[in-house]
Amino acid sequence: MQKFTTITSITAPLDRANIDTDAIIPKQFLKSIKRSGFGPNLFDEWRYLNHGEVGMDNSKRPINKDFVLNQPEYQGAQILLARENFGCGSSREHAPWALEDYGFKAIIAPSFADIFYNNCFKNGLLPIVQNNNVMDELFGFKGEITIDLKSQSIDANGKKYTFEVDAERKRRLLNGLDDIDLTLQYTDDIKAFEKNYFKTYSWL
Amino acid sequence: MAQTLYDKLMAAHVVREEATTALIYIDLQLIHEVTSPQAFEGLEIAGRKPWRLDANLAVPDHNVPTTERSSGVAGIEDPISKLQIETLDKNCAVFGINEITMNDIRQGIVHVVGPEQGATLPGMSIVCGDSHTSTHGALGALAFGIGTSEVEHVLATGCLWQSKSKNLKIEVSGELNEFVSAKDVALYIIGQIGTAGGTGYAIEFAGTTIQDLSIEGRMTLCNMAIEAGARVGMVAVDDKTIEYVKGRPMAPTGDKWDKAVEYWHTLHSDEGAHFDQIISFNAKDIKPQVTWGTSPEMVIGLDGTVPDPDKETDPVKAESIRTALSYIHLKANTPINTVNIDKVFIGSCTNSRIEDLRAAAAVTKGKHIADNIKLALVVPGSGLIKKQAEDEGLDKIFTDAGFEWREAGCSMCLAMNADKLEPGERCASTSNRNFEGRQGQGSFTHLVSPAIAAASAIAGHFSEVN
Repeated sequence: MQKFTTITSITAPLDRANIDTDAIIPKQFLKSIKRSGFGPNLFDEWRYLNHGEVGMDNSKRPINKDFVLNQPEYQGAQILLARENFGCGSSREHAPWALEDYGFKAIIAPSFADIFYNNCFKNGLLPIVQNNNVMDELFGFKGEITIDLKSQSIDANGKKYTFEVDAERKRRLLNGLDDIDLTLQYTDDIKAFEKNYFKTYSWL
Repeated sequence: MAQTLYDKLMAAHVVREEATTALIYIDLQLIHEVTSPQAFEGLEIAGRKPWRLDANLAVPDHNVPTTERSSGVAGIEDPISKLQIETLDKNCAVFGINEITMNDIRQGIVHVVGPEQGATLPGMSIVCGDSHTSTHGALGALAFGIGTSEVEHVLATGCLWQSKSKNLKIEVSGELNEFVSAKDVALYIIGQIGTAGGTGYAIEFAGTTIQDLSIEGRMTLCNMAIEAGARVGMVAVDDKTIEYVKGRPMAPTGDKWDKAVEYWHTLHSDEGAHFDQIISFNAKDIKPQVTWGTSPEMVIGLDGTVPDPDKETDPVKAESIRTALSYIHLKANTPINTVNIDKVFIGSCTNSRIEDLRAAAAVTKGKHIADNIKLALVVPGSGLIKKQAEDEGLDKIFTDAGFEWREAGCSMCLAMNADKLEPGERCASTSNRNFEGRQGQGSFTHLVSPAIAAASAIAGHFSEVN
């Protein structure tokens, strides 16, 4: 997994609540058996004016100029701003894959759906929760902001905000640690658990 | 100390505890073709083997055609759908995972198949790369959806790191009104608490209304816990639960059964257990529901009118209403029962079980779908449900009325196979999500119960059962 330490970038403001994972990456792209290449189809139905399918040359599709990610001032943004309940709906990890593949490294919103929030951390993507007042300030701010995971802070031209993140998730993200490797260190614990467990619950 | 059902289920599975998270043991992982290929690939690249083969059960469901299947996987027209199902078949063969393949009569939607086969048992920890895994909580299991990285993690280690959710009890009391089903209860609750109302919580549904629901009704309700933001939805084990599980192909038998039943009877929240939040509803307030917008919380009674954003005081909510109405081509203050529909879909992991089909058939019997209905689909949740419905003559009732009777799968709930809506088409659907484009780009989904879907097909517009 990619490490996350600090990033400095402009933000892309997606001023909308309840953005679901169907909108982040529509289902037709879930037919891929690969883990990469979803970026060009991120927010596909909002980004393009025609219907997208797997295998299309996306550079030739008509784009929706009104959509925030197509506006020149937000090109290269690595931080996405959104509103309440970002990532609700389907558990598809293709959503964080698409955001990461597009180039986003962090998302700031007042709240996230649980499964999406969890999936982000598996892919080096940092979801940050800020209250609505801070969100309004960030939506109104033009220019680069810096996110530093170690100090759990956001710096917008000298104005500082802090954020919460679970200590273990932070450690894994800062060091780019692989979850499976870490868990397999506890192989003996798992085996000991099983021995006792299957004795107690003998029908399983 | 008095424990909630959720606390009990978590405690039974803790392998190792850290400060803010715990490694919990997974009894059953259900696998389908969409969210597993990258997990198997990861396993292969790292040279790892599944931790415990018996802990996994696979079935293709999202991409399968619901039309004639005699040519098997090779006969699937869409090459990308075909490849995804072939990849599941190959991965299960290579890794030795038990798979119910597409042409097996037991094939169906993963959340229908698990309980039907007795793979889902009370007290189990169950995961699947699918958010509707909450369905299995209806049997007193700890069941939740995960992403593909976690699918790989469970395959490789038999475990998952989990932080504990908070406990939310949703209590519904009293007798349901006529033609009000578990689906209406689910939609009503989501309308009241919102799609983020359950975020961070495990929900236990309780109260006399829930006790009176059948196990299938409880599955419909728990299925939609995720639409209220909660990964976990549960109902305590009672005699109905045990009766439901008894005799299923993968359920225990003999002494093991007796021992299991003894344990399962303890799977309820203790008297005085602490809930972080309790929300209570009265069954008599719940009318047949229909969604009007692009989120399951955008829901009203069938006798209601489409909301007016100008009357909403919260500016974010008002904007959401405007955006939804503009997408779904409805005007504020329109009585919803005057809105015409183009298509009807009865199916999905929410509403494709035999009781759902019976409810729809009871409304349909002797009638015909309206002239303006271009397509009305009935897609059973599994091959076995399809057979049972045929044995009961339900297929005939549907086909006589102008419905199409299909093979089992996820179908038009998310339109990954050929069953989809065209842009601008409006559908009365018994599925679980009415997001923009969910059933086809530019299409309009309205979530309803099976009885209301059938009544609306006959009327040609949203309609109560007449």
